[in-house]
Amino acid sequence: MKEASKTTKLIVAAVTVAMILLPLIHSGGSVTAVIGFLVPFVTTVAILAIIAIGLNVQWGYTGIFNFGVVGFFMVGAFVAAIVTKSPADSEFVQYVGGFGDRLAFLPFLDSREWLPFVFGVLAAALASALLALLLALSALRLREDYLAITTIGVAEVLRRVTIEETWLVNGTRGLTGIPRPFAGWFEPNVYRFVFLGLALAMLFLVYLMVERGISSPWGRVLRALREDEDVVAASGKNVFAFKVQGFVLGAAIMGAGGAFFAFQQGAISPETFTHFFGTFIIWAMLVLGGSGNNIGAIVGTFVVWGFWSITLQIQGFKLPVYIVDRISFFRDFVIGALIVIVLLAGPKGLVPERARVSRWLDSRVRELRRQEAATQATATVEPASSPVE
Amino acid sequence: MTAAAQSPAGTAAGQSDAILEVSNLTRVFGGVRAVDDCSFRVRRGTITGLIGPNGAGKTTAFNLISGFLKPTSGTIVFDGERIDGLPPHVIARKGLVRTFQIPKPLGSMTVLENLVLVPMGQEGERIWNAWFRPGRVGQREREIIDRALAVLEFVDLIRLRDEYAANLSGGQKKLLELARTLMAEPKMILLDEPGAGVNRTLMRRLVGYIEELCYERGITMFIIEHDMDLVARLCNPVIVMSEGTHLCEGTPEEVRNNPLVLEAYLGGQYR
Repeated sequence: MKEASKTTKLIVAAVTVAMILLPLIHSGGSVTAVIGFLVPFVTTVAILAIIAIGLNVQWGYTGIFNFGVVGFFMVGAFVAAIVTKSPADSEFVQYVGGFGDRLAFLPFLDSREWLPFVFGVLAAALASALLALLLALSALRLREDYLAITTIGVAEVLRRVTIEETWLVNGTRGLTGIPRPFAGWFEPNVYRFVFLGLALAMLFLVYLMVERGISSPWGRVLRALREDEDVVAASGKNVFAFKVQGFVLGAAIMGAGGAFFAFQQGAISPETFTHFFGTFIIWAMLVLGGSGNNIGAIVGTFVVWGFWSITLQIQGFKLPVYIVDRISFFRDFVIGALIVIVLLAGPKGLVPERARVSRWLDSRVRELRRQEAATQATATVEPASSPVE
Repeated sequence: MTAAAQSPAGTAAGQSDAILEVSNLTRVFGGVRAVDDCSFRVRRGTITGLIGPNGAGKTTAFNLISGFLKPTSGTIVFDGERIDGLPPHVIARKGLVRTFQIPKPLGSMTVLENLVLVPMGQEGERIWNAWFRPGRVGQREREIIDRALAVLEFVDLIRLRDEYAANLSGGQKKLLELARTLMAEPKMILLDEPGAGVNRTLMRRLVGYIEELCYERGITMFIIEHDMDLVARLCNPVIVMSEGTHLCEGTPEEVRNNPLVLEAYLGGQYR
């Protein structure tokens, strides 16, 4: 967080304090209530931050305008659900898949508790990546704005398909009883901490993978694409191949995030995945936090989701009816206003992109600066600018 | 100062004298024949100029040669290989690189990173190498950074090493364009108006760099330029294009005195 400005730290601190204070006051000083509120809150932040990082790979680094995040998010969630669940067994519940028990094929380590979930997350990421690949091959050559329209369209088509094709994932009734990893090993009271740990671990893994990729020459090509595709092509790099890689990796991450969302919720239906929740809020998180910076994506998720939850908390207080009635509309308005304020006041977001993202470049430049400082200190001679060759 | 066209000693005996051979090149945009049955050759180890009035098709020719546009018909042979119709990144990999008429700095990257991006076939450009073989990537990266520093010294931009490319002046952006092509280890560079909007002092430096790159490092230079002083000082031969096709060519002196060229620039009534 060394890149973060004072304002950023202040905002994060304010949200944190509010997240502790509000439930504390609301419950009349019960620490248990505060924990009961904070644990699911942080879990959701971790999961949504995974998706925000996925979008960051696509938009923040590669410059691909995906306005159909919800499509990849939803595909990930449903695929993870049908992979980990048991087969459908009633005439009112219909869905494809249901591999849960068959995937627990390891006879040791109680594999029913974790193996299907590993497959679930992988399948979710893969399905999302495959969808991205199909979309990329057909539409990624489109100009930015047309691609945005295409992604919205695809997301809406997917939503309609899940609603209308009831055999697929049970239509609007959705899927319930989605199992959770390691749930059998712990008391429910303890399990929420375990799941929080899993979600944070997944976020950390995704963060590390993306950071490593972005701070390498691979990431440098993506960031160059964002600036100017012609320069990348003139530098002997296959523009389309790199765009596809950025788009597909981002989508895979969104899918994995969707899988964790399904496990956390336990029940999902197409109506959970609105464009507002699945796309717009994620964009708000990334833009507010700072696109082009994964820490920014996480901070943005914390701040936006914090604000979202605070407003719900306020609803619980004894306030005039006209406020309580309007608060859920008011918060939509505030999120929109926040985006406008960020874009006007600091378009780089709360945690802006670093000046030198490539890690080897960064360490080399630091080394050079140390050398320069040393030569300036020892001798008053100007640093010689010797001609090459 | 005149460009004595001497082929570098390194030219292999079996290879033809021409590094670039354009034959009957045509590109049609709707009803406009921007490049129309145009043929010319660029000899290895020369600084060849490409001049012509506005709309003569010079930049279109560059875009066709570098693969940013596909020819409607005609062939382009570079270094003994046909390259017409190939995508730009494949052509760049063969050692034929270009600059852009309006410089395209990667604004949110530092000057050094703009250069480090360029070298082709970096191991670290594959994401699994970035994930699983950081040692190897880091080693290559170090070599590339050192080369980039040397290039920055060469074009005297080293003081701006850590500056965002967006903050450079117009002239410095031109130098950055040239520096980027050098990172590609080219056999031939297409320079699209390197002198446009560049002041006298910087122009002199630019001329020096181009001559050194050609006569000492053996990189063939093909330059679109409007500034006739620059062309006269630097280029030999000069190819003149008009209305999409090859009009004539010769030394700057010959071209300047050729009535066809005057007519192309000034119109028929001045004949």
